[in-house]
Order: sequence, then structure tokens, then C-alpha cells
Amino acid sequence: MAYEIVVVGASTGGLRALRVLLSGLPAEFFLPMVIVQHRGKHMETGLCEFLAHSSRLPVGEPEDKEPVLPGHAYLAPRDYHLLIQSRSFALSTESPVGFARPSIDVLFESAADEYRKRAIGVILTGANHDGARGLAAIKAQGGLTLVEDPVTAVCREMPDAAINLTRVDWILPLQEMAAGLYRLSINPGQYES
Amino acid sequence: MSTVATEVNDLEDIEISLLLDGLYRAYGFDFREYSRASIKRRILDLMHGENLATVSAFQDRVLHDAACLNRFLLGLSVHATAMFRDPSFYLTFRKKVVPLLRTYPTVQIWVAGCSTGEEVYSLAILLQEERLYGRCRIYATDISQAVLRKARDGIFPLAAMRDYTNNYHQAGGANEFSDYYTAQYDSVIFSSALKSNVVFSEHNLATDGSFNEFQVILCRNVMIYFNKDLQARVHHLLYDSLSMFGVFGLGNKESLKFTPRAAFYEHLNDKDKLYRKVM
Ligand SMILES: C[S@@+](CC[C@H](N)C(=O)[O-])C[C@H]1O[C@@H](n2cnc3c(N)ncnc32)[C@H](O)[C@@H]1O
Repeated sequence: MAYEIVVVGASTGGLRALRVLLSGLPAEFFLPMVIVQHRGKHMETGLCEFLAHSSRLPVGEPEDKEPVLPGHAYLAPRDYHLLIQSRSFALSTESPVGFARPSIDVLFESAADEYRKRAIGVILTGANHDGARGLAAIKAQGGLTLVEDPVTAVCREMPDAAINLTRVDWILPLQEMAAGLYRLSINPGQYES
Repeated sequence: MSTVATEVNDLEDIEISLLLDGLYRAYGFDFREYSRASIKRRILDLMHGENLATVSAFQDRVLHDAACLNRFLLGLSVHATAMFRDPSFYLTFRKKVVPLLRTYPTVQIWVAGCSTGEEVYSLAILLQEERLYGRCRIYATDISQAVLRKARDGIFPLAAMRDYTNNYHQAGGANEFSDYYTAQYDSVIFSSALKSNVVFSEHNLATDGSFNEFQVILCRNVMIYFNKDLQARVHHLLYDSLSMFGVFGLGNKESLKFTPRAAFYEHLNDKDKLYRKVM
């Protein structure tokens, strides 16, 4: 059972965490990785370039109806929800969910619907509860759920919330997340419980 | 075999299709080709808001209870908008499009999916400052009567004016923004001169045809809620309604790249979603 996508949610402390995660992935990592990082309304530019700098995968902010391509990392644009529909991105400006736009739950729930058990969801550091419901949706569809070990997280609320709501498959220290994802991408059976 | 959760999910998708079919057949509102992922979210949110547990129960209420139908229609569409939304779009419009428009004796403009009108008033202000407004006629259309009524009124919340004033200046506006409106309690009303050349009317991009030929068409942040097929059809409709060398504007995160009409336009600059019809 091969995975087709990795969705990642991060909030407070996420910049550093995402940099660790992306820089740990080899250039031949072929799953698309779609990232929601919460950011303030006025923190407009630079995040994409910042992440691209430490990533061997190309990093971009998708436009509406852009196809989801293997071997690419995508960052949800500021002030839009990012969803996936028919293997393409769909953007939306509907109301923030739990004060967040982009919302991790919105991305994860659409990925769960679209990819079913072929989705991997990853929750990293954050000081709120976004992503917990979305990760539960991925689990309910038979997808794989990974959470950053709350002990290594800059803010443990988000990992804790995800772990409380779902019997997650793996709780990994941040430093091991990239290697774990890479192994899963080439050998999907590896972590099957 | 699939898990129970998967079955519930499939069932829900079937129920959503039935609900949208019913809505279309009973009342003619056609949301069947809207982007599924986001419309599903909104339907489930509205359903929970009505304290109902299944989409089928929701369908029952939507089809039989007129008040619920209205709530449903209002909640189903995303109406979010702002004045001078994406200021650099308007700045580029001022610098690159205005000079083109000066060469026409009259300019027909279509703002498709105008929502509550913020975009239309922004455009009117810009055209007035460039001394072009007199020769322009703006057709502002939307599928929803409710938002068109608000657009006609031109009354917006006072609290939004700080952001809008910033946007206005970033968009190249050089006047006092407050000269364009009068504040009353917690609202402002925009000068009625701004709408003297505007016609607000109902038009459904999914089902209605072309009604004029335009030198400018803006259809921003509307087609992101459509699926690819509907989006392609609407792109054809807008292309057919635009005169040769006419200007076409999309929302910031929309792109012509993934549509069948891409080759027929050229980009006015690299950054903003402003195009010119060249074929
Ligand atoms: C998010 S608003 C965009 C408003 C404005 N153009 C802007 O960019 O700020 C989308 C609008 O499209 C309208 N709309 C949705 N479906 C439509 C259709 N089939 N035909 C015309 N308008 C439609 C909605 O009613 C809503 O007011």
C-alpha cells in the first residue's frame, strides 16, 4: 500500500521545525509534501524562500487548480485555506477556522477525503489545537498519523491535542521525522501497526 | 473491505450529490459543479449549525423550509471581499491598464462576482482619480440578490476603513480616503457619484450567457470555488465577452495557466493577475 502524499501542520515554533524536517529529506524524496504553517496577517513574504533555502525539494506556494506533483513541497499561501481536490490544489477565502487561515484541519480533512489511506499526516509544534481534528480524519480513513514528540516540541499543545484525540501511529522526535518519512515513502509496510 | 468510517464518508458524498441535485431541480440553483472539497465543508458546517445529524435530514429541511433554504444559499457561497484587495493589483491597473483605456472613447467594464461591491467602489475611485470614470460603464454582477442589495447601498462597516485606507494608499491613491465616504455611527456610506455609471444586476456565470462586449473584465476570487469543468466553461464565456486587446483580471492566487484559454492572453506584468487578450 503506497502512500501518495504527506501533509504537515505547524504553528508556533514551526519555522525551525520545518527547516529541520525539510533539510533532512533527500532530493529523491518523491512524495508531495503540503505544509500549513500558521502565520500572522502581516508576515507576508519570505517564508517560502526561507524554507526553500534549507530544502532539496522545490518549495512553492500553489495557485488554484495547480496539479499536486511528486517531489515538490508546497506551502499554503497566507490568508487562504488550502484544500486538495482531484489531485489539484483548491484555494478558499472562507472564514478562518479556529482563528486560523490557512487551517491545518481544513487541509488535513480534504487530504483524508481525497487520498484515504494513502495520506500521511504530520503534526509539529504549536500553541493551539489546530490539526487534531484533521489528523483524526486521516486516521479514520486508514491513513498514517505522525506527531512530533511533545517533549522535543517548542510548544507542545498542538502535538498533545493531536495525541489526545487520536491513537496516533508514531510519536517521533523532530530530528527523526525526516528519516522516518523517507523510509515510509520507499517502504510503506515498514511502520504498519 | 473498507472501514466503517470510509463507508460513512462515501454515503455522505452521495447525500451531498442528492442535495445539490434536489436544489437544482426544485429551485434552479446550480452548485453541482462547485469545487467539492470546499463546498462539502460548508454544507457540513451549515448542517451542524441547524443541529442536524445527516445530510439527508438537512436536505429535507432545505427543500421544505423556505427560511432554511435562504440560510443555506447564503452560507453556501463565500462572499469575502475587501476594498483595494491585493493593492498591487490596483497599482498595476493604474499604471498599465489606465493608459490603454485612455485610447477608447467609451469603456465597458464587467465585474463578475462582485459580492457586496467593495471591488466596484474601489475601481470607481481609481477611474475617477484618473479622470476616466465619465466614459466608463461598469456592469457589476453576482449570483446572489442579497449581496447585490448591499452593493447598491454602498454601506460598509466603519471598522474596516483603517485597512481599506492602507490598501488605498498602497494601490497608488493620493487623496484623503475619507473624502469618498460619510461616516454614520459604525457604518460609512460611499458617495453616490461613485455608482452613477454602475449597473448592478443578477447574473449566473454557470448558466447565463454573455450580454455585451467589454474592454475590461474582472472576475476575481470567484472561479476558485468552481471545479475544473465549470471553470473552463466560464473562461470561455469571459473570453468570448472580451473585445480583442481587452484586459482580464483574476484573483491573486488564481492562474490562467491551468485553463484552456491560457494561450490566448498575454501577461501585463509578472506579478499581478492582469492579462490582455491577444488572440
Ligand atoms: C469571494 S467573492 C469575490 C468578491 C470579489 N470579486 C473579490 O475578489 O473581492 C465570490 C462571489 O462570487 C459569487 N458567485 C458564486 N458563484 C457565482 C456564479 N455562478 N455566478 C456569479 N457569481 C457567483 C458569490 O456570490 C460571491 O459573491
